[in-house]
Amino acid sequence: MREVAIIGVGMTKFGELWEQSIRDMFAEAGLKAMENAKVEKIDALYVGAMSSGLYAYQEHLGSLMVDYLGQIGVPAVRVESACASGGQAVRMGYLDVASGMHEIVLVGGVEKMWDVDDGTFVLATAADQEYEVYNGVTFPGLYAMMARAYMERYGLTREELAQVPIKNHKHAVNNPNAQYPFEIDLKQVLNSSMVADPLRLLDCSPITDGAACLILCPLDRVKEFTDKFVKIIGVGAASGPIALHDHKDLTRIEAVNLAAERAYKMAGVGPDDIDFVEVHDCFSIAEILVAEELGFFEYGTAGKAIAEGQATYGGKIVINPSGGLKAKGHPVGATGVAQLVEAYYQLTFQAGKRQVPNARLGMTQNMGGSGGSCVVHILEGM
Amino acid sequence: MANSQRYTREIPHRYRLEAQKFTSGFVSLPHRYCDPISGKKEYEKITLSGTGKILSYTIIHVSSDQFKLLTPYAVAIIETDEGARVTAMITDTKFDDLKIGARVEFVFRKIMEEGPSGIINYGYKAKVIS
Amino acid sequence: MVGIVGYGAYVPIYRIKSSTIANQWGGDPVSIEKGLMLIEKTVPGPDEDTITIAIAAAKNALKRARIAPQKIGAVYIGSESHPYAVKPSGTVLIDALGIGPDVHVADFEFACKAGSEAMFVAYSHVKSGEMEYAMGIGADTSQGAPSDALEYSASAGGSAFIFGRENVVAEVLYTHSYTTDTADFWRREYQMYPRHGGRFTGEPAYFKHILGCGRALLEKSGLKPDDFKYAVFHMPNGRFPLKAGKELGFKQEQMNEGWIVNIMGNTYSGSSITGLTAILDVAKPGDKIFMVSFGSGAGSDGFVFQVTEKILEVQNLAPKTREMLNTPQKVYLDYGKYVAYRKKIHFNEY
Repeated sequence: MREVAIIGVGMTKFGELWEQSIRDMFAEAGLKAMENAKVEKIDALYVGAMSSGLYAYQEHLGSLMVDYLGQIGVPAVRVESACASGGQAVRMGYLDVASGMHEIVLVGGVEKMWDVDDGTFVLATAADQEYEVYNGVTFPGLYAMMARAYMERYGLTREELAQVPIKNHKHAVNNPNAQYPFEIDLKQVLNSSMVADPLRLLDCSPITDGAACLILCPLDRVKEFTDKFVKIIGVGAASGPIALHDHKDLTRIEAVNLAAERAYKMAGVGPDDIDFVEVHDCFSIAEILVAEELGFFEYGTAGKAIAEGQATYGGKIVINPSGGLKAKGHPVGATGVAQLVEAYYQLTFQAGKRQVPNARLGMTQNMGGSGGSCVVHILEGM
Repeated sequence: MANSQRYTREIPHRYRLEAQKFTSGFVSLPHRYCDPISGKKEYEKITLSGTGKILSYTIIHVSSDQFKLLTPYAVAIIETDEGARVTAMITDTKFDDLKIGARVEFVFRKIMEEGPSGIINYGYKAKVIS
Repeated sequence: MVGIVGYGAYVPIYRIKSSTIANQWGGDPVSIEKGLMLIEKTVPGPDEDTITIAIAAAKNALKRARIAPQKIGAVYIGSESHPYAVKPSGTVLIDALGIGPDVHVADFEFACKAGSEAMFVAYSHVKSGEMEYAMGIGADTSQGAPSDALEYSASAGGSAFIFGRENVVAEVLYTHSYTTDTADFWRREYQMYPRHGGRFTGEPAYFKHILGCGRALLEKSGLKPDDFKYAVFHMPNGRFPLKAGKELGFKQEQMNEGWIVNIMGNTYSGSSITGLTAILDVAKPGDKIFMVSFGSGAGSDGFVFQVTEKILEVQNLAPKTREMLNTPQKVYLDYGKYVAYRKKIHFNEY
């Protein structure tokens, strides 16, 4: 397998994009990425989207997107893995280039979430329809149950849990593409409306429209296009049970641990080598659980560590310099790709006021459902 | 939401708690061809007794449309006495009585209606027993 | 010997007081309680209906009968609030209890006596030798129109009876039915609430049929009211059954145990038969029980039961009726919650 680099990125602003349809957003992000990479033709396309069928009544995104990018004829397919659709699309594109099958591959993710009224129903399709959702559980409800189990076992307090969204909002102030580029405080978090006890509105990532794209290229050809590139040195993916109730331990997301192990092994690095990580904070508790699974903190300690400032600039590692899913926004299928867009900006020192100093190795972690799937990428700046 | 086709085939599990105990020890309420961990196919048919304990729970305030009229309601992940893991809505229980470790029993209740003209869906819910 | 081999009842945990309803509509709580002799009634939870109630009662009956569900040859549910207009309630019950598929199922309807007639038909199958066991159930989540008198009494609950020849706990000695076309209370298709003829529901309807049936049953059996330990009649309110009982010659003490309407309300198809379960919960071997139901339209089914020694083996095998009615778990609703649970208000349709 040959080495693969990212030579360009593009994304829309994340937010309530009433004027743009699903194809509009992807075209904007895709054309931006191609321009950024200085490519006019791509050889293949992978588009990640969780539920374009239920959100936009549109399947067959591979065909739709090559059409709207002016690249008709190239092989194109939609990749789906619930909220990990974007990360999995990147992985598919990576395999395509690494195998030698294709040269310049566009991978992107998109979700058009504001076109439906009952978004809770669509998001719940990431869970077990017959044995979880049928019995009334919602997506926030699943993470709420993990939060309750974790809080009872490790003594994490409600105030400590709130520090996760507070920190992520602080990071997003410096992100021009973020949905909510403003700070929030403890009082706001604790007074926000209850979604699924103990998770309140400000513990939950928002409903967001948006798209993000990358251009992948074999490492030995990057000089033809740009001198701003980033190398993908580790890729790990894993799966977990579809239903949360089949997790042996409700405070563990084994798929994240497995995926990270595989990525670290491939890259030949460990948690202490990573300068920043974009994690999948679909809910505040998720960031805590994931940080532990990725090896940055001992089990049971990440909550307190994050509350003490270990996950922000000057701490042990910067988690979610972009603002994470909470403050940057979470257009489901686009998120996994947007995480790599952020990693690219950080590793090529284009992250402006949110630049992680001396960023050399970055990590992205994207997961689907309550841990039914997970993809981890490790990237190196050149 | 489930139309008649999707609904009818789940009846033995939802109505009568018919389950499988695989030779690996894994107990499954929904029908499976093999156990998810070892992939083994041998099992015996069992019926769950309908009692268990709460592993975790939450109170849902924002639900999808079909459960809107019930909010706020509690759901829990339950481990039955046979070792099956089940997610169920809690009914006829005060929120104050919900605890990790509380004993529950399953009762047969209406889950939802598919609108004013669709079929009525039934299944199991759990209530805390003292 | 043919009779009841297993019986069971179920009432929901929710209640509403007559005074709450009276205060809503500007009625006088004291005179309602005194006049109708009703204190509170049962209300079905938002996830309960006639089917879930029937299943809960039937599970209790099976616990007492201690037979394999597969042995039951017929299941009849009588109700005036079957959840579907077309699709039986009984089919959900048999699949939930693991009865059948080699079983006969039919849903019954006859206002408040749909339960007793289900029992009559189930009993008849066993008596004729056609089947080893058959089950008759009466269950309802009856609706009363807002601010109508019936709103004080229309309640939810039900009972199930398995008939057989082995291990009979209460033998059926005699039955009698008495029926005429009397439109005292009715509901047309597509109407949400029933209508009734006011005082016409009394003398010419309730009393005519209960007394007509009761007298014929006493004559048929050759027994006198004093021969009975217990008597129970259909309970549309607190007053009517006591009056009817006295007219037939029964005393207050004979009627007390089965008279549960003051704390349960009128569970329509579950009314007299749930009163019967309350009696069976405390009856002793040798006791004779006199039961006459009433359904508007109109008709009455009468039964004479004699309790056997086997009753002592089964009383404690399932929850007792008065225990369920007086449970410390019961939850009192205010009027707003009550109309929301009973879907008396328009909701958006999704």
